[in-house]
Amino acid sequence: MLPAVVVLLPALLLGGCRLAGADEVVRTGSCAGQQSTGITRDAIRVGGVYPLSGPASAYGAIASGVRAYFGYVNAGGGVDGRRIEFVVRDDGYQPARAVEEARRLVELEEVFAIFQTVGTPSTAAVRDYAARRRVPQVFVATGASRWGVDAGHPWTIGYQPSYVAEARVYAQYLKETAPQATVAVLYQNDDFGRDLRDGFADAVRDSGVRVVAEQSYEVTDPGVQGQLANLASSGADVLLSVTTPKFAAQAFAVDAAITSWNPLHIVNSVAVSPAVMASVDVRKVGEIMSAAYQKDAADPKWADDPAVGAYRESLLRYAPEADPASQQAMFGWTAAQAFVKALQRMRCPTREGLREAVRHLDDVPVDTLLPGITLSTGPGDGFPIESMMLSRFEDGRWSPFGKVIDTRAVFGPVRTASAG
Amino acid sequence: MNIAERTGRRRLAVGWEAGDRRQVWPWPRLTLAVLAVAACAVPFLLNPYRVFQLTMVLVYGVALLGLNLVVGQSGQISLGHGAFLALGAYVPAVATGPLGLPHPVALPLSALLAFGLGLALGLPALRLRGVYLAVVTLAIAVVVPPVIKRFGAVTGGSMGLSVSAPSAPSWSGLADDQWLYLLVLAVAAVAFAAVRNLLGSRAGRALAAIRENPEAAEVLGVRIAAHRTLVFAWSAMYAGVAGTLYAWVVGFVSPDSFTVTLSIVLLAAAVVGGPDSPAGPLLGAIFMTFVPAAAQGAGDAVPGLVSGLVIILVVCAAPAGLAGLLRMAAGAVARRLGRE
Repeated sequence: MLPAVVVLLPALLLGGCRLAGADEVVRTGSCAGQQSTGITRDAIRVGGVYPLSGPASAYGAIASGVRAYFGYVNAGGGVDGRRIEFVVRDDGYQPARAVEEARRLVELEEVFAIFQTVGTPSTAAVRDYAARRRVPQVFVATGASRWGVDAGHPWTIGYQPSYVAEARVYAQYLKETAPQATVAVLYQNDDFGRDLRDGFADAVRDSGVRVVAEQSYEVTDPGVQGQLANLASSGADVLLSVTTPKFAAQAFAVDAAITSWNPLHIVNSVAVSPAVMASVDVRKVGEIMSAAYQKDAADPKWADDPAVGAYRESLLRYAPEADPASQQAMFGWTAAQAFVKALQRMRCPTREGLREAVRHLDDVPVDTLLPGITLSTGPGDGFPIESMMLSRFEDGRWSPFGKVIDTRAVFGPVRTASAG
Repeated sequence: MNIAERTGRRRLAVGWEAGDRRQVWPWPRLTLAVLAVAACAVPFLLNPYRVFQLTMVLVYGVALLGLNLVVGQSGQISLGHGAFLALGAYVPAVATGPLGLPHPVALPLSALLAFGLGLALGLPALRLRGVYLAVVTLAIAVVVPPVIKRFGAVTGGSMGLSVSAPSAPSWSGLADDQWLYLLVLAVAAVAFAAVRNLLGSRAGRALAAIRENPEAAEVLGVRIAAHRTLVFAWSAMYAGVAGTLYAWVVGFVSPDSFTVTLSIVLLAAAVVGGPDSPAGPLLGAIFMTFVPAAAQGAGDAVPGLVSGLVIILVVCAAPAGLAGLLRMAAGAVARRLGRE
């Protein structure tokens, strides 16, 4: 290894010179010194990391929705004349691979911003890198409350209502309609499950609504029959099912099988998918409820809605592999629309400009969100959507009812992330 | 044409091919020097992401060097090296994070821990032979991710932990990724030299003898179980060191990075690279890093398909792995140049 040493010394003396991969910076004007990598007069390069393979590949449909919206925008002349180039990479829902792919997007593809990482673990893994490289990681597809309260990672921001906000919606509904309700909670024993459970416990504190039984399960568990049986013995009025799709379906099945217990079955929104709901025996499960914030393309109520019409049409044209009824595709489309709105609101066409824009949204409307729900962020508030509507499962489909519950107005800002 | 050239296998110290000491490639020193120069120049010439990829190649190369000791040198199958990698990766995550130890401690610490775990597991496991060892090590690989998740207070559970990497000292003027690359390169060079040394030693010859004919080796006075156990521990140590480097390079560890799939991919990469060759680990690591990344451009399900096809092709066409292929090619070139 002598040659290696001989070469190493002069190489070290070269002193960090590098022939490739320098960041571009705006040189003049009021935006001087800010990073302009990936954005030119007529194009913006955007990268996303999605689980296209692996256990969570169902979330890959989000990328299809995003691609469809960017295709739709580009056909209409782009964002302020800039075409959006969208580069998608697959992380297989593995956090370490998400970091590798994010590096690839930033260092090799030289994207302007990382628009979406999916899932709490992958997002948590990428955010340190994003903060170190000062690359915006915007509107990540996870509802963990930590993105909104994390001052150490200003480059990362969430999008959908946080799990805490969702828990508050259920709590508020129960406080208003059944102030003495007893609640049994089934939750997934990870950050997601605990975030929602703790949020709910917090929101019902000092009210007549009481949590009388709790059971947790691991993602690796084969089923939740035992947990449900224990919860049933509490005889609670409400079952709050904080689950992911596979376990939500099992919880419905067991609930249907236990005839002596017919609670109001609240299922959190991430578990709601057409496949899960198709498996539910509605005659045997009591009332089923969840929360929603975006329009459901399968709902006949929106059949003539121009926004949903544009979504269906574009999806067919730019991402024909995706099912328009999929919540995930709609999620991607809606988030992409929010992203484009943020791009339009940049004061400087730079990464810093985007970071500022996503943190200063004031009631920005997005046409595929439910009426009355808008995007708002501000200093100390990193949660773009904090309002939801309750939704009831009737006649094989979800129908939102009541009015929009703005958890920010009712409960105040989320202060602490309950998990890490 | 000598035996190494014809079969692609390394010249053996023992067995029926042992007598042939002719070299396949007449300029080993020059080639090594050129490679060393190229390896040192890389971080200054390439895009940061390419530097990152090459760093990963070196990291996996170190792990495969270790795995080759078990697979190539002692002829056993380990499906559990992902677990040692995980151990090595969590050492810096925990030691330099919550425990607040300095970075330089992490590397020897994880080497020591992995060596100890390898020894402890090797004692019972290597008295078992062939497929039994494979199953025992498979069990280790299966058990590790849930165990990491279970001790969430220390390991961060399924959410994983961020790992801070040693940053470049200010006198060097290097970027962090360049520094890390050179650091990993230095570790890989030492690891490579140590393996070469080991294989040239008495222990190396004993291992080759055990692999080729255990009964004969035993008759000659080689203590089979002791050798196998020790080599398994060495191998685990390499995987542990690779795990630490991995954590530094990626900057994040989570249980999902160390599933049983990783162990299987490592074994496949060892076979594809060439299990009994010093160049094999590097070629295997290149296969592991670049083939899936390159195949991803072609479509969603393609990486798995392409990797599978490459494995089948290599095993059919070049039983001694890519390294064997390289050796045959080198022999052909040298012959054409009129050295033989």
